Amino acid sequence: MHFFGRTPDTIWTLIAAPAIWAGHFLASYVAAAYVCAPNADIFRGIGGVRVFIGGATVISLVLIALFFYRAWRDWRRRTTGGDRGTRQDQEGFLEFATMLLASLSFLGVLLDATPALLIADCR
Amino acid sequence: MILPPKVLLPRLRVVAALLVSAMAAACSGEYSTLDPAGLEADRVAILFWVMLAGAVAIWIFVIVLCRSVVVRVPGENAERQARRLILWGGAVFPGVVVTVLVVFGVGMMPDLRRPADGPTIAVSGERFWWRIAYDVEGGPGVVRNLPAGGVSSANEIWLPVGRRTEILLSSPDVIHSFWIPAIAGKMDAIPGRVTRLVVEPTRTGVFAGACAEYCGDTHAQMRLRAVVVPEEEYAAHVAAQAEPAAVTEGKGPELFLRSGCGACHTVRGTPADGRVGPDLTHVGGRSTLAAAILPMSVETLADFIRSPAHLKPGVEMPAFGMLPEEEIEIIAEWLGSLE
Repeated sequence: MHFFGRTPDTIWTLIAAPAIWAGHFLASYVAAAYVCAPNADIFRGIGGVRVFIGGATVISLVLIALFFYRAWRDWRRRTTGGDRGTRQDQEGFLEFATMLLASLSFLGVLLDATPALLIADCR
Repeated sequence: MILPPKVLLPRLRVVAALLVSAMAAACSGEYSTLDPAGLEADRVAILFWVMLAGAVAIWIFVIVLCRSVVVRVPGENAERQARRLILWGGAVFPGVVVTVLVVFGVGMMPDLRRPADGPTIAVSGERFWWRIAYDVEGGPGVVRNLPAGGVSSANEIWLPVGRRTEILLSSPDVIHSFWIPAIAGKMDAIPGRVTRLVVEPTRTGVFAGACAEYCGDTHAQMRLRAVVVPEEEYAAHVAAQAEPAAVTEGKGPELFLRSGCGACHTVRGTPADGRVGPDLTHVGGRSTLAAAILPMSVETLADFIRSPAHLKPGVEMPAFGMLPEEEIEIIAEWLGSLE
């Protein structure tokens, strides 16, 4: 399904980065909640969870960066920012929106990971 | 009617001066969170000022930008410059600001949540007052009910300065919220669940608190006093509160019991052992009456006995205005003497 010699963009490539962000958020949240339940010892360390979140963060950031790179590679080669409703214009729009969403998701994942970086126990 | 500038400007200046002084006045006072007397309130105040300064800086920048956009004649690279502005001003800058704020805010949390090293006090939010029990034993984890026992009091909470006191909160009726703006909070008091708030007062004094979650008719009058004192004084106060009432014989307690007050109120040392209303064993020693809405005096005590709902709509206590006036006065005088 290649056209114009480039990788095709779809709704799925568009939402991939936010979906990774959502997955990272859910995984971090559930892991911390699961390990700390039933919260009887709030000063217990959560080193394992922090390492897990660290790993998930690195993987998520790399994946999001890949989606960003993929969209950016095609987008920068475009000469026109057309809005005439052609397939090419649609492609350009998807690429640009993917870049924006990937940037936002990148930041989102970093902010999700901040508590794991700064908080060492179940408090 | 549009006033000419000559008339309008001085008036505007007066209004501005009034506004500024009103705002400055709000920065201090017993209810002010910007005049901190506790670790948590102190951090909140720092966050507030940092964010306010940042917001003002951004506001000025945006206004200057708006002006330059209106005034300026677009040059050749206008579109490119606009895009660059959107990238840096609309994406990179907010991203950096949010990141800094998150790191700054989350970084404060571990210190604020250090374990308690002082007493444990149980506070029950009840419509429309605070039941207090000093020196209770709190258990870890999820707890449904406040621990029993402790030294009971009401509406005035004494705290040792420089110690981290753990406050266990719950409620038998609806959700309330415990808030002493100058020290710490808010923390909800939820029926069927014990929540915890560790407070660390940093200076002595008397501070005001309030229920911060709408709970019914007299929510706005559900206040409390926090008295922060040195540790020895705190211990002495709790020891004094644990004693039975100062006066347990005579006309006052006799009328109190005969009128049925003991069905709802406890006065230790007398047969009055009701658990519905506030413990009155040392009521005269508190600085305020009716959850910190009235000064403590024999007159206000008598007024409250006569017609509680007049002072506090929605209060559960029935009016005792049908008692002979002299009996009310005798009861009020006796209560006032219970320091």
